[in-house]
Amino acid sequence: MSVMERRLIRENSFDLTSKLFRISWIYVLLLTALAGVGYVALYSAAGGSPEPYAARHLFRFAVGLVLMLTVAMIDIRFIQKMSWLAWLGGVVLLVLVLKMGNVGKGAQRWIELGGMQWQPSELMKLVLILALASWFHRASWERMGNPLFLIPPLIAVAIPVGLILKQPNLGTAVITAVVGGTVFLAAGLRWWKVALVAIAIVVAAPVGYNHLRDYQRARIDTFLNPESDPLGAGYNIIQSKIALGSGGIWGKGYLQGTQGHLNFLPEKQTDFIFTMLAEEFGLVGGLAVLALLACIILGGMLIALRCRHQYGRLVALGISMNFFMYVFVNIAMVMGAIPVGGVPLPLVSHGGSAMITVMLGMGVLMSVHVHRDVEFEDRGREL
Amino acid sequence: MKREAQRTGVFTRRALIIGGVQLATLGALAARLYQVQVVEGARYTTMSDSNRISARLIAPPRGRLLDRNGAILAGNRLNWRALLVAEQTGDVGATLDNLARIVPLGEPERARIERELRRHRRFVPIMVREFLTWEDMARIEVAAPDLPGILVDVGTTRQYPHGPTLAHVIGYVAPPAEADVAEDPLLSLPGIRVGRAGMERVHDRVLRGRAGAVQLEVNAVGRVIRELERREGTQGQDVTLTLDLDLQRSVLERLGDESASAVVMDARNGEVLAMATNPSFDPSLFNSGVSQAQWVAWTSNRRAPLINKAVAGLYAPGSTFKMVVALAGLEARVVTVGETVYCPGYLDFGDRRFHCWRKGGHGSVDMRAAIKVSCDCYFYEVAKRVGIDRIAAMSNRFGLGTRLDIELPGARAGHVPTRAWRIGQGKAWNIGDTIVHGIGQGFFQLTPLSLATMTARLATGRQVQPHLTRAIGGVIQRGHRPEDWPTLGIGERGLQVMREAMWAVVNEQGGTALIARLPPTPGATAPPAQMSGKTGSVQVRNVTREQRERGFKSENMPWEYRPHALFVGYAPHDAPRYALAVVVEHGNAGSEAAAPVARDIMAATMARDPVIRGERPRVAEGAPSR
Repeated sequence: MSVMERRLIRENSFDLTSKLFRISWIYVLLLTALAGVGYVALYSAAGGSPEPYAARHLFRFAVGLVLMLTVAMIDIRFIQKMSWLAWLGGVVLLVLVLKMGNVGKGAQRWIELGGMQWQPSELMKLVLILALASWFHRASWERMGNPLFLIPPLIAVAIPVGLILKQPNLGTAVITAVVGGTVFLAAGLRWWKVALVAIAIVVAAPVGYNHLRDYQRARIDTFLNPESDPLGAGYNIIQSKIALGSGGIWGKGYLQGTQGHLNFLPEKQTDFIFTMLAEEFGLVGGLAVLALLACIILGGMLIALRCRHQYGRLVALGISMNFFMYVFVNIAMVMGAIPVGGVPLPLVSHGGSAMITVMLGMGVLMSVHVHRDVEFEDRGREL
Repeated sequence: MKREAQRTGVFTRRALIIGGVQLATLGALAARLYQVQVVEGARYTTMSDSNRISARLIAPPRGRLLDRNGAILAGNRLNWRALLVAEQTGDVGATLDNLARIVPLGEPERARIERELRRHRRFVPIMVREFLTWEDMARIEVAAPDLPGILVDVGTTRQYPHGPTLAHVIGYVAPPAEADVAEDPLLSLPGIRVGRAGMERVHDRVLRGRAGAVQLEVNAVGRVIRELERREGTQGQDVTLTLDLDLQRSVLERLGDESASAVVMDARNGEVLAMATNPSFDPSLFNSGVSQAQWVAWTSNRRAPLINKAVAGLYAPGSTFKMVVALAGLEARVVTVGETVYCPGYLDFGDRRFHCWRKGGHGSVDMRAAIKVSCDCYFYEVAKRVGIDRIAAMSNRFGLGTRLDIELPGARAGHVPTRAWRIGQGKAWNIGDTIVHGIGQGFFQLTPLSLATMTARLATGRQVQPHLTRAIGGVIQRGHRPEDWPTLGIGERGLQVMREAMWAVVNEQGGTALIARLPPTPGATAPPAQMSGKTGSVQVRNVTREQRERGFKSENMPWEYRPHALFVGYAPHDAPRYALAVVVEHGNAGSEAAAPVARDIMAATMARDPVIRGERPRVAEGAPSR
């Protein structure tokens, strides 16, 4: 048996120990490092105290880590079988939140469960990735060229995006659509169709703007000209930029950030945590955090590339893309590069449900990695 | 297998593209971070500091106004205030209820507090009550456990211990106007006051001092975190006025209920010792804000309590002007001291008859007698000879109808008519007009202060200017020595005749103001000092021929039509030290209404003079040399 042949042999089941060996511990280390950055930042956000943010953050990460490792042990084929069920569950939760969710800041986004506030839309992005991956899992290149084949997954994207828009939560809806679209792309969507969608978006954007809620429009307007209303909607962006800019190259020093500690910086423990870090640790600190985030995102892409089944590839790519979107939207937002939307920095911002949702996704990603070589029973049947 | 390979190939290519886009995007974020933190860093650092550092001004205490003996005329009083910090009490309502048991809080006051509470952040102290008494303060402190959130603090507020006595001279302070705030940042402080009238206004800059500043680190809602730097301000300087508080008080007392004013000045150097105007007002009312009703009451009062009549009241001088006419005649050489004029009780000129105040006339009078008995015919004749322009020129040299150096903002120059002025009005000037003006009637508009100045110049022959500022910050100002003032340049012989005549008015049988003879100064060892002076009565309305024939009596007229009563004088006659002018509005004859007042005022002035009282002069720093 040649090396080549041995690599082609698929192991369809392993014991727990070998699974643990297959986990990418370097990746786990990267995630822990990011959570550590979160601890440092939240310690400062509380004015130099582990309470009320940092200590809880650490505890939640520990819970999240256990969850992630547990999920990583679940066979990816089982997850694949459950994909559409999970999707359905996500949609039901979205409907529930519209019917009986808590109204916060003018939108129905949250449901109360286990003493925490959950945003079903965050979970939805994960289960949508699973569902889409499951659909495209069997799709050949030729099949991807068939428009009729693309209709069911389009509906699978449209329903949750519509429900999230109705909350209303424009930011998450856009992220959900982008993540879904990325999975389409990776599955082999024809480029001309991608171009068509892009053109359609550009044409539809002005029309869509007119259908936005006032506060959403205000956000976009403020983004375009933050100084127009420095004490109102533009305040957050201006103060965040002042904090970043005054940090300079080396920063003001840990626990010395005046903008954050004197409360000029709004929501510094959640949305603007990156600003807080970059104010105190300067450009050097900001770039270091960006590099760490890049490692995590590209690490996820690497997992996707190393996976030997289409389902795993698509899931890993989708989860990486989702993480990337969090990072991009949050950091671009605090730098005043895109309109503000309540998107936290994953594993750094304070917030329990977001942490658990992210770690759940990381668990699935790790499951892909652990089960990168498994053979699906129905492999080849559809191709 | 081929299909699988194709699919894997597509995925790999696309995943690399996606990964590349992600990496590029993160790179763009890094570039943006560099731009914000390094390229635009300096700008944002400045903005961060201006966020963080709040400079606040510290109000220096306002300088005091003192009288010449150091008595406080305008000072600062501690103002005890109860403040409420909402965040320090669980129940604002209960705290206020408890406080209301100590100091009553009315409904409007409660409403105002509620309003301010809503307007401010919970840690900002709200003023609940100011001007607390010491007892209230003590009771609040004792009840402190029941009054969570209540603080007692102390500020200062302007205080005028002598209220209406000096209101017109001292002026008052009031909150600054918008325009003032732009000129001095100090004025933006809450509770700051600026001088708005009188000496408070004249010396506002000196009294105000310079603001100190404290740099505070504040957070986003404005709460002070700590003090970074402190620079103390400069306290306002004290200003010593020439006024004598006790004299001022007795002058005002002597004016009684009349609508009147009186000025006493040091004839040698122009220092104004008393400047009283009746009725007066309480200047401290302006500090807190004047009510509409109070304002209407002041402005509708025909006795005009807000007007400082001593410098802004305008009157014809009447017979007090006759010395000026006589001196103009002497200087123009149209009359001599010894020349007599016959007075039949009237002077006919053209088709008009000008009456002397004394119906039967005075017979033959020379200059001295004409002043002593205040013969009108004599001065009709002299005025006719000398002409209005030379009279006006002489008036100006005596400080009449010219702007005096008095500091007060509302002071008026007054007016002495000339031929050119009348022609400028498009009217002709007739000899008849000159005749009328010869006895101080007509178009004259003169202030009591200028009459006192005229008298001081008559007495000393020097161009003394009236002034109120004696020292600023303890430094004596120029003008307190007689030598500071140049001589008038009028023949001493003529002046001496005036002084003799004015002495006769008060001290010689037949004089019109014998009633103004000074009583002996109590406790004085020297022989009683004598006052020289001149009475005046000014018609506010023409007396018609019919009225005159019916045996008209001016005291039967309505108050506002009665003549003004005037008196000017100086003392002691042989060594002039004090000059005064008294104007009693609608007081009828000067000899009846003004002269006795002047006598008592001069007596009071003399009684306070250390030399006259036989004491050794107090040698104070920069005291006028004697």
